[in-house]
Amino acid sequence: MSDNPATADDFIKGTWRDNPVFVQVLGMCPVLAVTNSAINGLTMGVATTFVLFMSNMMVSSIRHWVPPQVRIASFILIIATFVTMVDYLIQAVSLELHKGLGAFISLIVVNCLILGRAEAFASKQPVGRSLLDALGMGAGFTIALLCMGIIRELLGNGSVFDVAIFGESYQPWVVMILPSGGFFTLGVLLLFINRINQRQKQGQQQGQQQESQDKANG
Amino acid sequence: MDDISLASIFINSALVNNFVLAYFLGICPFLGVSAKLETATRMGGAVCFVMLVSSVCAYGINLVIEIANAHYLRLICYIVVIASMVQLVEMFVRKVSPTLFRALGIFLPLITTNCAILGLALFQTNKGYNLPQSIVYALGAGAGFTLALILMAGIRERLELAKLPNIVEGTSLSLMIAGILSLAFMGFAGLG
Repeated sequence: MSDNPATADDFIKGTWRDNPVFVQVLGMCPVLAVTNSAINGLTMGVATTFVLFMSNMMVSSIRHWVPPQVRIASFILIIATFVTMVDYLIQAVSLELHKGLGAFISLIVVNCLILGRAEAFASKQPVGRSLLDALGMGAGFTIALLCMGIIRELLGNGSVFDVAIFGESYQPWVVMILPSGGFFTLGVLLLFINRINQRQKQGQQQGQQQESQDKANG
Repeated sequence: MDDISLASIFINSALVNNFVLAYFLGICPFLGVSAKLETATRMGGAVCFVMLVSSVCAYGINLVIEIANAHYLRLICYIVVIASMVQLVEMFVRKVSPTLFRALGIFLPLITTNCAILGLALFQTNKGYNLPQSIVYALGAGAGFTLALILMAGIRERLELAKLPNIVEGTSLSLMIAGILSLAFMGFAGLG
């Protein structure tokens, strides 16, 4: 168990390098299901970040006292408690949002992301680093959800956050709001990210080749 | 709710509102396990079985929770029971049929975090199904999940021999195939 000091990298890695949706491909179910509108995606992202934050804090606080055999069971219990809290919170804040998200708020408890971070990070690192990690992963998750939500709502409804962007004459591309639209949008987004990563790798390789050539030439 | 026939519940949960392609549940194993037809079939079978058992358990727990009037405990009870039930099933299978246990391998413990199982329990509670309806709902959901998984595995196995552009390979391609499958399954909408 390493007790390194908290660094900003713990937060940043969750947003791009280890982005839970685009790189780790975790927690797919809510990403596809609730992004049919931008506000739903944002709410789900914030709710998941809250659960991740609180459960990371708790798991990290009790990490020295939990016997290994009941590790996973206790993590699940902690996560389930906070998810129930978030469920009632959202119901209290806005009944519309709650209806829009439906059962997927409760399904945050089986989001592989939260259990994965608790198991891989929070149970081994001090509270400070776990909190930063939770915020980073949650931010990355919310960014991904917002991207998907905005694209799908814009194309499928002509609006963003219920503000009409295109005029009356826009024929909505309805399939974007349907399940298949979710699959397609995420597939295309991953395609772009693959392309960006490929270009970065090519650039790095070319840079290294240049360096070795320069060294060889003198 | 007794006027909904059991057959229509089955068709509904297997085809019209397929758990993977319409409700987006169980995407993680759907993308992860569907590379080979054999593993896909085994995972599908395991999920079917776990869905059946957890559906009955969820019905029982819901009865208790209704009597105790403790709705806020519903989620916690469901997830704890599902997690421990998967553990029990694993021990049971290991005792009764070691060959089956080896064949299922890592898949059985992975089913615990499968959204489809918890989703099934939550949906059937929300719809207020009685016991026979819940069992048929679970059977249909499992059948639909297995069907989607097998279709995906078959397509992906074929694609291994095809020429594909580099950037599409991997999850991106699986998602686009899933999108087309989902579109196809929308054709069942008139059935239920």
